[in-house]
Amino acid sequence: MKRSRIPLIVAVICFVFLYLPIIVLVINSFNGSRFGSVWGGFSLKWYARLFSDREVWFSLRNTLIIAVSATALSVVLGTLAAFALHRYKTRLQVLHYTLIYTPLVVPDILMGMSLLLLFVSVAMPLGLFTILLAHVTFCISYVAMVVLARLQDFDWSLMMAASDLGAGPWTSFRRVLLPLIMPGIVSGGLLAFTLSLDDFVITFFVAGPGSATLPIQIYSMIRHGSPPMINALSTLLLVFTFTMVWTSQRLMRRTT
Amino acid sequence: MEEFLVFDKVSKSFGDVQALKNVSLSVKKGEIFSLLGPSGCGKTTLLRVAAGFERPDSGRVYLDGEDITDIPPNRRKVNTIFQNYALFPHMSVWENIAFGLKVAGMPGARITEEVNRMLALVHMEDQARKKPDQISGGQKQRVAIARALINKPRVLLLDEPLAALDLKLRQRMIIELDSIHDEVGITFLFVTHDQGEAMSLSDQIAVMNEGNVEQVGTPVQIYEAPVSSFSAAFIGDANFFEGMVSRVEGADYSRLSIEGFPEVLCFNDQPRSQGDLVYLSVRPEKVRISRDRPRDDERVNMVEGAVEDVIYLGSHTRYWVRVDQYRLAVTRQHQRFQLDEKPVTWGDSVWLSWHADDGFMLQRYEEKDEDLLAFLPEGEE
Repeated sequence: MKRSRIPLIVAVICFVFLYLPIIVLVINSFNGSRFGSVWGGFSLKWYARLFSDREVWFSLRNTLIIAVSATALSVVLGTLAAFALHRYKTRLQVLHYTLIYTPLVVPDILMGMSLLLLFVSVAMPLGLFTILLAHVTFCISYVAMVVLARLQDFDWSLMMAASDLGAGPWTSFRRVLLPLIMPGIVSGGLLAFTLSLDDFVITFFVAGPGSATLPIQIYSMIRHGSPPMINALSTLLLVFTFTMVWTSQRLMRRTT
Repeated sequence: MEEFLVFDKVSKSFGDVQALKNVSLSVKKGEIFSLLGPSGCGKTTLLRVAAGFERPDSGRVYLDGEDITDIPPNRRKVNTIFQNYALFPHMSVWENIAFGLKVAGMPGARITEEVNRMLALVHMEDQARKKPDQISGGQKQRVAIARALINKPRVLLLDEPLAALDLKLRQRMIIELDSIHDEVGITFLFVTHDQGEAMSLSDQIAVMNEGNVEQVGTPVQIYEAPVSSFSAAFIGDANFFEGMVSRVEGADYSRLSIEGFPEVLCFNDQPRSQGDLVYLSVRPEKVRISRDRPRDDERVNMVEGAVEDVIYLGSHTRYWVRVDQYRLAVTRQHQRFQLDEKPVTWGDSVWLSWHADDGFMLQRYEEKDEDLLAFLPEGEE
């Protein structure tokens, strides 16, 4: 029987639909012309402009500060939450689980609004710190969920074996449990980092003057009009994200 | 030899379930001691008490005279082989075996030396760099043994170590375990539900049931002279008959009256008196089956029956013979199959006979003996 061509055609259409805009964007970032519809020759001038734009550098710095610290905090807190969720089986845990799970399903706009209301009501000045708090709030949930999944697969008889072989609680944790759930922690961390890096909605609500992150900077650049520079910036972000995903996948393969 | 590992009146409950009821046992130095029983009999709990994973509710555990009841598992000089092996999946075979010594802070050069020695003991030298998921079940088993033995435990605890292996491999590992035991001379406490494993490996067996120790003895004692109906039924096959002591003949023998049988003579394991209610138990292979009436012998019991089923099993044949209300299992070893006489077949009327010394009496003591029906020999295993 001849195999139907339809699946192939559908797949191609899907890929074109998904990736064509990105390809156009990448090509346009090397376009010498100011207008995307005209090819003005290959040029790196948008990149040059981008690199000399102080506001872009400033927002990049903000983004990285927040992403790195939010990741670090949420990895620690999220892992602890996952342990607590896994280890103790009381009725309060249902509540705990719901609390951890909710930020994953609550609309961003609601999260942003409520956080803004909270910060305003306690008179906390909006800035990097409020953004950090907001990011940690939702990153914890992702980390906790990923680590919890890993813990549920963990064979606790290994901890008994370690203890049987003379290892104290700390040694068993460090040499058996931690290495085995590390892939979960790392992927939870990468997830948190990525989410923090490109979060726009929540950040938009809780950012204050002088604390613009990259997504917010991009948004304002669109409004004040310099699309070619955004193309260049987006291309760089794309390269960065790809590299990160690739690295994390290599890391995971080695640890498991 | 002195008592080495001693359980003194150990009890343990999980919620409403009493897993161990006042268990006292003592294991001698250097022997292979088996805890044998059906699942849920408390044998694994007792092993975990020895390892330190469970704290008894009451009672003490002594190792070489020292009370170890309150010592945590990581500071006990005992090591465990877990049922699922519990090898560390992120470490190589080599690192798994070295784990105990590394934790103990032994210098690297000596660790290498010891690990290589253990690898040689379990014939795994060429697999040292592999991860646990790259080796077979039998090899994992060997790594688990090496990993436990490298710490030079005073007692090695084995929790159903062969349960996950297939039959052939299990038989080979039994021999291997035995030779490893001979080589290292460490006391083994071996938990199993498989009577074959327990019989072939053990110096002593403790038969456990519902949190109690029913009997402790050598494999021969347990099989030939079970003291409880549970031991008799759980280990090997046994026919059971309800009877009553009608007359005691001297110190050694009693006459029993059993419905449907002529008076049965049976050896007294313990003093009996007239009127005792007992179970008479006879192993299927101890009963002879023949077409002709055997020659009279005052020590041999005889009864006539009808063959209801014949199951040919290669090395032997099992017959099911109806005698009044009882259906007796009888096995017969083939020596010269079908050459010695006309074979016994379905519907034949036959004579069954067994020597008075081959039966044993068990006290009819509790209602739970009703449960023995669950253990009666089945048509085929």
